[in-house]
Amino acid sequence: MSEPKTIYDKIWESHLAYEDEGDCLLYIDRHLIHEVTSPQAFEGLRMSNRTVRRPQNALAVADHNIPTTDRALGIGDEESEIQIQTLEDNCKEFGIEYIKTSDKRQGIVHIIGPEQGFTLPGLTIVCGDSHTSTHGAFGALAHGIGTSEVEHVLATQTLIQKKAKNFQVKINGKCNDNVTAKDLALSVIGAIGTAGGTGYVIEYTGEAVESLSIEGRMTLCNLTIEAGARAGLVSPDQKTFEYLKDRPMSPKGDEWDSAVEYWKTLASDKGAKYDKTIEIDAGNLTPLVTWGTSPEDVISIDGNIPNLEDIKDDSKRSAVKRSLDYMNLIPGSPIKGVPIDRVFIGSCTNGRIEDLREAASILPGKKVSERVSAMVVPGSGLVKEQAEEEGLDKIFIEAGFEWREPGCSMCLAMNADKLSPKERCASTSNRNFEGRQGREGRTHLVSPKMAAAAALAGCLTDVREMVL
Amino acid sequence: MEKFSSVKGISAPLINKSGNQLSLMMNVDTDMIIPKQFLKTIKRSGLGKNLFDEMRYDSGGKEIDSFILNKEPFRKAKILIAGKNFGCGSSREHAPWSILDFGIKVIIAPSFADIFFNNSFKNGILPIKLDEKIINSLIDVSMKGEELEVDLIDQVITLHDRKIEFDVDPINKDCLVKGLDDIGSTLEKVSFIDEFEGELFDKRPWDIPS
Ligand code: SF4
Repeated sequence: MSEPKTIYDKIWESHLAYEDEGDCLLYIDRHLIHEVTSPQAFEGLRMSNRTVRRPQNALAVADHNIPTTDRALGIGDEESEIQIQTLEDNCKEFGIEYIKTSDKRQGIVHIIGPEQGFTLPGLTIVCGDSHTSTHGAFGALAHGIGTSEVEHVLATQTLIQKKAKNFQVKINGKCNDNVTAKDLALSVIGAIGTAGGTGYVIEYTGEAVESLSIEGRMTLCNLTIEAGARAGLVSPDQKTFEYLKDRPMSPKGDEWDSAVEYWKTLASDKGAKYDKTIEIDAGNLTPLVTWGTSPEDVISIDGNIPNLEDIKDDSKRSAVKRSLDYMNLIPGSPIKGVPIDRVFIGSCTNGRIEDLREAASILPGKKVSERVSAMVVPGSGLVKEQAEEEGLDKIFIEAGFEWREPGCSMCLAMNADKLSPKERCASTSNRNFEGRQGREGRTHLVSPKMAAAAALAGCLTDVREMVL
Repeated sequence: MEKFSSVKGISAPLINKSGNQLSLMMNVDTDMIIPKQFLKTIKRSGLGKNLFDEMRYDSGGKEIDSFILNKEPFRKAKILIAGKNFGCGSSREHAPWSILDFGIKVIIAPSFADIFFNNSFKNGILPIKLDEKIINSLIDVSMKGEELEVDLIDQVITLHDRKIEFDVDPINKDCLVKGLDDIGSTLEKVSFIDEFEGELFDKRPWDIPS
């Protein structure tokens, strides 16, 4: 029998179009395209008289730049409008399917791919966006690429790649109530650091991962890039197949059956070798929150902000000092009770229906604190529609949240949704970098439930106390 | 892409100060390198003036004097020196475009984020990984505004009396030196792609989106 393999090894081997010492050509099955990282790639094709090799393998949508207020009012910002129009024009010119901003399927690329069944197990998927790792939740090898690579994939349907190493993150046990996939993901980043996964593909295994819903696995894989790994993977199982069955672009009939047969062979073999393994016990986890300006700066909601004196390493200490100055936090003090001004629920990390359900679950009969302005931005038009069918929109609105149109919104604040200088936000997004949500804005990354709890309390708070 | 053989010029260290301690900034992320309000462009050029925008200008758009790239002689820096995990964050190629447009051709750091590292080579920027101790020993020279010479052909950095060797992947080096376009070289292997695709669609027909 051949050597036991990981799912990454299997997908890699089944997509090698050309092998050389070192660099290989990895065949790319699916390509998601959005307005920000594609215009220069299409321009490059035109300048060198090249064409798109397989336009039918690509799907495009505008998400980063569009307003989340009434779409009928137009884009409202000239540069954004040009960028979005350029995407539409490029798709038309090269024959790529484009989901219009007025279409109810419109949404964040990483949410619409799975919704449409464009994302399938065993495929290689790329997008000019680092959170492409999200699609790994289905057992697809998915990673973010730069614009030069977008152009390369358009022209050749391949990517020049070196094989990464295998990193197993095994999450044992079960999550306690109110501890979510977001907390699992933040705990992994906290444990290995933002560069801990550099050079690796991370595969998540263990009981806690198996028992996550597909939405939860997407959250976990989404944040893999914040741990420095280019891709995150979960071996597909029955839940994966159920999620994908009858999606608009999923295979149908006999093809579906043969696909499922094949997908069942993808899971990592028993005894497969990993270059690195860490184990985390889900049962020990509490709801987490970030205190600094890097996603690795995580602590439990009942923990304290670090003390500078406790940090031995000079460069680490000055980095922490810079973060705490920026965040305007007192070293050594509790994180719970820090007052906040804004709450953002959305993004490709936590903008799916399950996230909205979780956040809404603690709201009925309660009101958002007067000092807080809170908003919910569903990840796609279909998520929005589903939420409205379930009456979640009413729960949010009655509690005092704004209910918006889908898009990336305040995850990266390229549109009008942003923090004012020094405003503090409890956010379900993925990056707490300086200025990420608006110049001088201060971001605390939390789960949807923790964000909803913070909105009610007006400060960072422990959701476990709120639901007692 | 322009051919790259060697670069001689001023190097600018990105530093944090804590008391009298100087240390290189770690985790310089792509939002710091080029904030998102500048990603609305549909061109590659012109981003240099907004490189490190939020560290470089105050909210009124005025230069912040203490920021290194606002000081002489560092305004003309061709080499950037930084701490661990440079370029983490997004895959936006606007980050290397803005660095290059400013005039920086070499970045020296103990480690880089993967996507940024790749993007650099594809845009004619040389990212050099060196041991942290060696990099720390460059800060002084660099702060004095002395020039460094980075020779890619011989893989050596020269500063007046010292030579520091560095590693670079031979394929990446070759592309930089020749100014090669990846797509051109991949298209030379198009018969392999054709063959692979043919077999793939027989074996896994669901691979073709329906
Ligand atoms: S939601 Fe945020 S992280 Fe996700 S694709 Fe949009 S900008 Fe990127």
